[in-house]
Amino acid sequence: MTATAPPADHGTAPDERLLPASPLKKLLTRPELGSVVGAAAVFLFFAFVADGFLRAASLGTVLYAASTIGIMAVPVALLMIGGEFDLSAGVLVTTSALVSSMFSYQMTANAWVGVTVSLLVTLAVGFFNGFVLTRTRLPSFIITLGTFLMLTGLNLGLTKLISGTVSTRTIADMEGFASARALFASEATLGGATLKVTILWWLGLVAVATWILLRTRFGNWVFAVGGNAEAARAVGVPVRRTKTLLYMGVGFCAWVSGQHLLFSFDVVQSGEGVGNELTYIIAAVIGGCLITGGYGSAVGAAVGAVIFGMTSKGIVYAEWNPDWFKFFLGAMLLLATLLNAWVRKRAEATS
Amino acid sequence: MTTPLVELDGVSKHYGTVRALQDVSLRVHAGQITCVLGDNGAGKSTLIKIIAGLHAHDAGTLRVEGEETALSSPREALDRGIATVYQDLAVVPLMPVWRNFFLGSEPTTGKGPFKRLDVARMRATTRAELLRMGIDLRDVDQPIGTLSGGERQCVAIARAVHFGAKVLVLDEPTAALGVKQSGVVLKYVAAARDAGLGVVLITHNPHHAHLVGDHFVLLKRGAMAGSHTKDSVTLDELTRQMAGGSELDTLRHELERAPAPGRIDDGGHRPPPDPQRARPTDRQGRQDP
Repeated sequence: MTATAPPADHGTAPDERLLPASPLKKLLTRPELGSVVGAAAVFLFFAFVADGFLRAASLGTVLYAASTIGIMAVPVALLMIGGEFDLSAGVLVTTSALVSSMFSYQMTANAWVGVTVSLLVTLAVGFFNGFVLTRTRLPSFIITLGTFLMLTGLNLGLTKLISGTVSTRTIADMEGFASARALFASEATLGGATLKVTILWWLGLVAVATWILLRTRFGNWVFAVGGNAEAARAVGVPVRRTKTLLYMGVGFCAWVSGQHLLFSFDVVQSGEGVGNELTYIIAAVIGGCLITGGYGSAVGAAVGAVIFGMTSKGIVYAEWNPDWFKFFLGAMLLLATLLNAWVRKRAEATS
Repeated sequence: MTTPLVELDGVSKHYGTVRALQDVSLRVHAGQITCVLGDNGAGKSTLIKIIAGLHAHDAGTLRVEGEETALSSPREALDRGIATVYQDLAVVPLMPVWRNFFLGSEPTTGKGPFKRLDVARMRATTRAELLRMGIDLRDVDQPIGTLSGGERQCVAIARAVHFGAKVLVLDEPTAALGVKQSGVVLKYVAAARDAGLGVVLITHNPHHAHLVGDHFVLLKRGAMAGSHTKDSVTLDELTRQMAGGSELDTLRHELERAPAPGRIDDGGHRPPPDPQRARPTDRQGRQDP
């Protein structure tokens, strides 16, 4: 069988293939290219149609919207590169805020105690997701759909049981609230733009995630377990540990996001967060993450979040009915994915 | 003779009620190539998985450098110097060549939170190691999926040699390759042997096996069907045993009775096929030996 196949002439590489790839070609093969082009297009579009869009104050608003999505899009993108989904990410943010608030209130403890307990809980949920996934080898879609529903129920059920209403009590008078608020929900004014601290969290997380992905062993393993888990296992990559840690990364960012919610609004609605998990996934996909795993970047997910922020706020500045947001989002997702696929195909064919 | 690098003695493996491997023995010596031959379903993959540490064996003994052991993970097998190159799952296609080369054993530089991949060294080493094996890549940054099958096998072999493997297990390295590429891969297999590695070559191609092999172990339906050294067996005999010996004779006999070959011979002036006659021939010809 093998003896009759025509020989493909690749045994030894001839010298004429050693042409240096142009920097432009290298740029075209970056995973986040499609999203950057998309972001530029969206920016130009709203700069023309929406009057207030280019003002400094609007910039702060857009960046804030982008950062709240971006903080979660980063770990979700890493998880997607690692080949898995987390549908519980959206409600986990609410869980994080609820746990923190209710623990501090019920124990009349320092707000920081609640913050710490909340971190332990979100990490535990991430660990649970990863543990069940790697032990059962069921699709992550099913497992995290399960945790999503369970958390949704727990959020509502426990909050009603403990507080008697669907929202938590105020904890603004508690010790430690001010300092926690400074860390998770402060803001600064810079040249007419009000910048929230979440923007710093977001940029910091993107930087750390990019460093991890491209320059650490763990990052190498993330690409490997998403690209070919069996091959990764065969060369000694701890596949289970890598995936579990990725889920715990989602837990950590859900904690950050949840603490921001709590300390900027003081009161948390227990039914919030449902549907956000898809927003994070969409941001990651717009940012060039391959839905099948093994390819993508944290910067791309950040750009995806910026597109989200610009679209949601741009529609407001253009004084359109916000009902159009979802339509724009869907169109953006389709366009970005198509553009990504097209660019990648062209870049790989001609590089 | 010196202690074999890897020695299997009466090794068996069951998956539930399925007997995948029964009482198989083989030895791998340094600087020699042991070929494991067998048809599909003969137990070759199971044998690899035991040596590579993916599955532990149920019965019999596995000795690595004379020490009895049961390998519990691929990592453990690697640490003991056993590197396995798989036919289809050796690499992560979307990752660059240099990342694949070091996957699972990445060198790092720096300390604490600044501990990072030694990217410059990884790139340079990959290029140098591949050049040493005669593979001149245009770009170690290209995704390994864009390389040809033969090149990918060679990268995997170069990787194993670089990481100081003492035993190289190759799973069907020439399956799905053309003649020329198979030749290139076999050349690297021989190069690895000359470098003093013990090689286990799994194949269902007796021609390739006989070209490079020193020992031959034949598997059939999970059990050993023969064990030979190069001096004690000819290519023809190996091919015959491999193909099932007497079963092949029966098959030839059946095929000779078929009317189809006679028609093919008459210079292309074939009458339209007669469905009434062609069908029973077809059925007989495809009977599994």
